[in-house]
Amino acid sequence: MLRKFITPKPADHVGIQTLRGLIWVSPWIVGFVLFMLLPIGMSIYYSLTDYSLLEAPVFIGLDNYRELFSDPVFWISVRVTAIYALCSVLLSTIITIALAVLLNNKLRGVGIVRAIVFLPTLVPLVAAALGWMWLYDGEMGLINNLLAKLSIDGPNWLGEKHWALLSLIMMSLWQVGAAMVICLAALQSVPRSLYDAANIDGAQPLSRFRHITLPMISPAVLFNIIIALIWSVQVFAVPYIMTQGGPEDSTRFYTIYLYENAFVYGRMGYASAMAWLQLLTVLGLTAIILRLSRNFVHYRIT
Amino acid sequence: MKLKLTNSASYFTKRIALYVTLLIVAATFLLPLLWMISTSIKPLDQVFAADQSILPHVVSDDGVQRTVSPFTLQYWRGVSNYAIDNYKGAWNDPIAEFPLYLKNTLLITLLSVLGIVISSSIVAYGFSRIYWRGRNGVFLLVIATMMVPFPVLMAPLYVLFKQLGWIGSFKPLWVPAWFGGAFSIFLLRQFFMRIPKQYDEAAMLDGCSRWGILWRIILPLSKPALAVVILFQFIASWNDFVGPLVFLNHQEQFTLSLGLYMYQSQQGATPWNLLMAASVLVILPVLIVFLLTQRSFMRGITARG
Repeated sequence: MLRKFITPKPADHVGIQTLRGLIWVSPWIVGFVLFMLLPIGMSIYYSLTDYSLLEAPVFIGLDNYRELFSDPVFWISVRVTAIYALCSVLLSTIITIALAVLLNNKLRGVGIVRAIVFLPTLVPLVAAALGWMWLYDGEMGLINNLLAKLSIDGPNWLGEKHWALLSLIMMSLWQVGAAMVICLAALQSVPRSLYDAANIDGAQPLSRFRHITLPMISPAVLFNIIIALIWSVQVFAVPYIMTQGGPEDSTRFYTIYLYENAFVYGRMGYASAMAWLQLLTVLGLTAIILRLSRNFVHYRIT
Repeated sequence: MKLKLTNSASYFTKRIALYVTLLIVAATFLLPLLWMISTSIKPLDQVFAADQSILPHVVSDDGVQRTVSPFTLQYWRGVSNYAIDNYKGAWNDPIAEFPLYLKNTLLITLLSVLGIVISSSIVAYGFSRIYWRGRNGVFLLVIATMMVPFPVLMAPLYVLFKQLGWIGSFKPLWVPAWFGGAFSIFLLRQFFMRIPKQYDEAAMLDGCSRWGILWRIILPLSKPALAVVILFQFIASWNDFVGPLVFLNHQEQFTLSLGLYMYQSQQGATPWNLLMAASVLVILPVLIVFLLTQRSFMRGITARG
């Protein structure tokens, strides 16, 4: 289809045309090599060295990786990130679909509510983090104030190790707006005729949702899951501001530990090994999800 | 239709249930922002008072201790005095330099937006209006780069920029934008593909170069897509926290996001009213831009899906 759209002129030699194309996209290629390929390559090399930024890197083979695998804090950070990613992706997927279905109804003022749900995704992360720190405040926070009205003694959300991670997961659900909009667009493109046909067959609302809606929006849901996963595996700014990894390492996320190694302890080699493992994890998880999704995701044939 | 008529009672309860849910959803998502605004217009003693309400209390200043009703002009005059105190207090706080942070953020945002628009337009032209071998393969690579997490690049990029002597300058934050962004390239390419190729051919017959075609024909036709690109880059640059945190090292270079974070960590006790006032000020421009451009915004998001 693309080929038909812009046909090469017969006079043009294929080589010249290719050269011309490459020249036009060269800004991206240069940027890609300079700011992505080169750093990734450098991080492979640094991950095999002892590098403090102050002195030249010293080659030490796989020592960084060996040390990582026996570093208890590394494993804590993996665990914290895995729990967060799993809970956050799972809950946000459910909430996203529920919200999209609700906001797909023809109701008065539904447009305003869509905008309200979307709004939090635009709030600068630092401002959002400060706002939620205030909401979660153990003594004066709004959440504990409201709980007190129900005679519930709320915990010091961010200050207790059993609650801090949960607090961050709950906060992440506040930012499902962008995913909701994507889901909503998918819902709106489901042909009416499918529902009409199901109604004639006497299908109940739940089975309509299960057999029509869900399969039809599954590509959008898959896209949202992948994006949410990539985001939650690298989450940094919000916990860095709100808890600094504490209390007692209960929110020491992978990227926080990576950042500390690189810029606090000055261990670039060690941090590079972590970065490299993180990249492999993201690529691996995406591949697994894409593979698993083959049985669940329904692509419309057009 | 028949169904609706026979079940009108259950139809109405359903509508009411839907509206109630809608209201709860709206309140839940809005509450954190409302509470931030509410705190930002209260004096500190009310922030830490046991009974907290959304609206601040105003005590009448005629010597008698009585609370002024919110339905009077005097009340709102009192509230606006509180608000002005807090916002001025945060903005001019000597431990931060918010006016300077604003200038820095505007400069970085402007350079990034300019860079992304110019470079992504050129690259998207190469991916849409010229047919060359390997084009789709390279384009797939562009899309794939959207998946690479920034933390993976954080440490080596720091080393790279240090060797270039860019650390402690704004360059790490805006120069990369001049080499095209994956999302903007994707969006513009999709848009360019839909413009009939006859336009190019006609222009070429008139002796217009490809460069001229891009600037005089393609881009003027692509204003909606360009608007989305500008919006997204504006938000990304304005909100960026990790970039400034890693690449800047002097307070006089801080951006609003980084400055806000430092402001919070420098405050020993927590004057939440000032912190919330500063936060609201940082959020405000994004909010205004969003409200003005809601439609193209939503279109941009769905284009990604």
